[in-house]
Formats: sequence, structure tokens, C-alpha cells
Amino acid sequence: MEYQAKELFAKHGVATTLGTVVETAEDARAAAEQIGGVTVIKAQVKAGGRGKAGGVKLAKTPDEAFQYATDILNLTIKDLPVNRVLVTPATPPEEEYYFSFLLDRSNRQYLCIASVEGGVEIEEVAKTNPDAVKKIAIAPGKGVDAAKAREIATEAGFPEPVFEQAVTMIEDLYKVFVEEDATLVEVNPLARLAGDKLEALDGKVSLDDNASEVRHPDHEQFEIREEADALESKAKDLGLNYVKLDGQVGIIGNGAGLVMSTLDVVAYAGEKHGGVKPANFLDIGGGANAQVMANGLDVILNDEQVKSVFVNVFGGITACDEVANGIKGALELLGDKATKPLVVRLDGNNVDQGRAILDELNHPLVTQVDTMDGAADKAAELANV
Amino acid sequence: MSIYLNKDSKIIVQGITGGMGAKHTALMLDSGATIVGGVNARKAGTTVSHKDHDGNDVELPVFGTVAEAMKETGANVSVLFVPPAFTKDACIEAIDAEIPLIVVITEGVPVQDTAEVWSYLQGKSTRMIGPNCPGIITPGESLAGITPHTIAGKGPVGLVSKSGTLTYQMMFELRDFGFSTAIGIGGDPIVGTTHIDALQAFEEDPETQVIVMIGEIGGDAEERAADYIKANITKPVVGYVAGFTAPEGKTMGHAGAIVSGSAGTAQAKKDALEAVGVKVGKTPSETAALAREILQSL
Repeated sequence: MEYQAKELFAKHGVATTLGTVVETAEDARAAAEQIGGVTVIKAQVKAGGRGKAGGVKLAKTPDEAFQYATDILNLTIKDLPVNRVLVTPATPPEEEYYFSFLLDRSNRQYLCIASVEGGVEIEEVAKTNPDAVKKIAIAPGKGVDAAKAREIATEAGFPEPVFEQAVTMIEDLYKVFVEEDATLVEVNPLARLAGDKLEALDGKVSLDDNASEVRHPDHEQFEIREEADALESKAKDLGLNYVKLDGQVGIIGNGAGLVMSTLDVVAYAGEKHGGVKPANFLDIGGGANAQVMANGLDVILNDEQVKSVFVNVFGGITACDEVANGIKGALELLGDKATKPLVVRLDGNNVDQGRAILDELNHPLVTQVDTMDGAADKAAELANV
Repeated sequence: MSIYLNKDSKIIVQGITGGMGAKHTALMLDSGATIVGGVNARKAGTTVSHKDHDGNDVELPVFGTVAEAMKETGANVSVLFVPPAFTKDACIEAIDAEIPLIVVITEGVPVQDTAEVWSYLQGKSTRMIGPNCPGIITPGESLAGITPHTIAGKGPVGLVSKSGTLTYQMMFELRDFGFSTAIGIGGDPIVGTTHIDALQAFEEDPETQVIVMIGEIGGDAEERAADYIKANITKPVVGYVAGFTAPEGKTMGHAGAIVSGSAGTAQAKKDALEAVGVKVGKTPSETAALAREILQSL
């Protein structure tokens, strides 16, 4: 979110105005009073287009700040409820620029995108006047030093009165990019304020989850739990790789690719069964023991939309008998909480032993189907009730 | 013939003494691959005990550096089971030692670390496969990674995939034909070997008659591969793309599997491949059936 991006900017010396983040209109009024003068009240959600959605207002008085904050805190922007607003002094820019560093995965390098012709309307500029949007490749090993920052500022065409400030800011923004392990650091607009002062008026930072895990324990503070789906939160606490979707067939599988593929196959099968769809993505990875399987089933069975569950496992390194025992153990752990039909497809390593375990279990909720397509069809059929 | 890996490959394991390293060293040996040792600076001079393909005891030496391991054993492939925090340094060490091939299995490597490694190996002699991949198998000859060697044998199909389990699934579906080489290139935003690299190698490999290419949402590797196929590939290619039902903005298991806005969708990838004459299956089994049809007509 904007205020979090600004915190990272400030941490690395990028000129910005933090403002005050509040969760109630009353606090917005107090913040506006303290700041004094005209203030901007901005919705804080992880979505673009906040202005167009009515999430950014100029307040002339603390009372107006209260009123606008009330309105904005009642908004839902791109399905996200607004729970916070940022109150900052209104600083009308004399000029607006665009600046970003990002991971250019196609070319396996970093890319700097800069334009001095229009900030927030950058996408429009890119269409109508592509030459005004400069793209400068950054070699990951070399990075951005003072000389490279100067080269970028020159290429982008920052005007003389703010040129030196731009060079410094580019170096500092690159520090945000590498030292925080970001995949995107965007300043939009980068504003030239009265008195030729350059400032990051709004911004966005996307962080690399892998890097946060490995070397940035402090990044946990940026996670906004209440915006996450309740089931996704629960799954995360259990260490599961789960994404909630809007459907009726719960999915458990091993390996990201196979699970993505399973969702697709279920969606196709659903076309013949009343349009049922996959309810979630859940990858239980290689070691599908009873506890992991039970945790996964527990999350999925708590999804009220779910009518049936499809467990799709290809035993690579994992043996199917271990998976079958995992399912058996999970059903025992869950007891009466397991109430929805399970369609299980096992294939690969030790498949015969695995299927035999489930045959012997003869659980009323469990149906085994030998092929992925057949099992998807069965699961969709059972969900169409 | 095969690509990148064959019976003459001599493999070392970086991280041979760790849990994953030890487990998969055993499985690679069981497959018949030639594993000649491992690297762990803190355990240099020791050995690890394993059984070879025929059940005989083998003692594998642990070296302090990749360079030393290469000098002593003639190793030309390194498989990395190093924790994500140390993967970058381990890769750079292997690249500095000029080992021809590194296969990085590790999941969870910070993407800027991979970007730096990729940048570092430009102009150097090392090929990198991965990270976050199952590795590469040339059935009956060698295995550098975690792909089960029991799924399928040798044959005319060349397989390249972003996903491990879809690699296994496809090998299983086409096990009656077999594979020249099956390579999992990994699901991270930046990987060392791309679909295009593998397509080119399969095109040049006389043993490969049909190429199966598996992609998934995120990035534009499949679209680029489509352009490459149009210009350079004469062998039949069958494709599959996973993630049609993936919502925008959510990472689906693999760090690189994310639809951003309207970019990186499965539909766009399928369309791009079909536009250049690649037959694309809707499901893994349909994809296998398409490959089967071509194989039977050869």
C-alpha cells in the first residue's frame, strides 16, 4: 500500500511525505487538524485507480477531512474494503513525472522506466507518445551507482532545476529496489513541487516473497491480514500453499503445475455438470503425510461453498501408499468433521499399494477413480447438487 | 543421443550432506547415474556412504570446493541442493570453476539472487538449469535432479516443462514410447535454461522425434517459444499450458506463476502456440493423445 511504500522510501532517504495513517474518520479529522491547511485524504488499498473510484479527496478543513474519510472508509475499491486512509498535506505539483525500477523477467535483468511527460497518466503517454517513456536496462550484477543514476536522469530528461535531486533520488530508489529485494519500485507521480523540490507523492513497492522469507523478517509487518480471505489466512498459519477461488470442487494435489492443471480439468468437467468450478488451489507438495493431508482437508471442508473434494496425486518421489495412508489418517483425525465426498486419483510410484489401502478402508465418503480426467468428472458430478 | 546430459556425465552434488542432498544422491545412484562426489566446505575430506545401482556399497568423497571436486573426479555436472540463502554463492562458485552444467533444484531462491547469477554467467561456459526445478533425466543414461527414474524409459520424445509433477505426469502418459531427455526448467520468474534453449537442443538431437512442451501462466516464455518454433523448429511440437482457471494477481504455487493484469494468461500462451502450428491439448491426457498420434504416424 501507498503508506507502506512511502515508509520504505523514507527508510532509504527518498524524499517523500509520510502523512498519517488512520482507521477512523475521527482520527482523520485530528490528523488534518495537526497537519493544518488543506489536506489530501487517500484510501489505502492494494489497488490502482483509487482516484477514479472516489478514494482520493482534497479537504479544506478538518471537518471536511472527517466527512471525506467517512465516505472513503465506506468504499470498496476493486473488491477491497477500505479500512485505512492516509492524511497528507496537499502539495499541488507543478509537474508530474513517472519513475520505476522493476524485474524484467523476459530479459532476465532489471529495467528502469522513466518519463518526464506525465506521471499518473503514464499508460496514456506510453500509447500516444511512446518516445517520451524511456526504458533503460540495468545489469543485475552492476546495479545503479552515481554515474549510472546520472545517465538515467539524462536519458529521462529531468529538467535542470531538479536534475541533481533526481540523480540522488534514482540512487536511493535503487537502494529500495535491491536492499529490500523488490520486484517493483514505482513512484507515480514523482512530483516537482513549488520551489523546485522533487518528492515521491505516491508510490508502490512489490516485494519478493522468497527474499522476504530468506532475509527480511521485518517484511512481515507489511502483510495486511484482514484483507486476506479467512481460509487463506488459516491455510497460511498451517503452512499450506492455498489460494481461495470461487467454486464448489475442493482441490488437493501435489506440485504447483499438477494442481493448476487439476483446476483446469475440473473446470472443463464442470461444464457438463451444471457449471461447477474449482473451489481452490492447494499444493501439499512432496511429503503428503497424514497431518498435512488433514490440515489441507480441514481448510477445504471449512469452505462452505465446497460440495466435493478432488485429491489428485501423482506419486513421483512421494509413494502413493504414503499418500493413501495420509488420507486414511486425515479422515481419522477429522472424524465427524469430514462430511463431504472425496474423489481420489492416485497414480505413479507404488500406486497398487496405495489404491489397495483405500479399497480396504472402504470409507463411505471416498471414491477412487483411476484417471485424472475421470476423477475430475466424478468430483464435478458430486459437486453438482 | 540426448540433450545436456548423457551416460558420460559425471555428477557432483553441492549440498550432498544435507537431508534433500543425501536422499536424492541415493535415488540418483539407484537410477544408474554416475555420481562421483559432493561438496560441503565444512565437511571436506570426509565421505558419505551410499549404494549404487547394483546394490554395492560406495563411498563418495566430500570436497571443500567445486574446483577441487572437478580436478579430483573429472565431474562435469553439479546438482545443487543448497538452502536458498546460500544458493547464489554456490552457483557462482560452480561457474567460477567452469563446470559445464549446474542443475539448481532449490526452491525459494530470492529472484534478485537468480538475476545476479544469470548476469554473472553471461559469456562464461556454464549452463544453468533451474532454480526451483526437478532437474533433468536422460532415461537409461543419467539423472541430475529429483525426477523419478522409474516412470519411463528411453525413447523418441523430448520433454521440456516448467513443472515437476506435470513432467512426471506426462512421462507416465507416454511411458510406452519413452523419452530422449526430459527437462524441468523450473517455475521461477527467472531460470537459467528456457523453453527456447531446450527446443533448440531437441531440434539438434537426432534421437528426439517429437517435442512436448509444457508451460504455465506467468511471463511470456511460451509466447517467445512460439516465435522461436515458427522460425527454427522443424520437428513436431505438442504443447500444454496449465492455469486457465487461475485468477489475476495470485501466485499459484510457483513463484513465477502469476497472471499480471492481462499478461501471462494461459489462453494467450495457447493462442500463441496454436498460431504457429503447435497442437495444444486441453488436459495432460489430451496432450499425450496428440503426441501419441504423431508418434504413431512416424
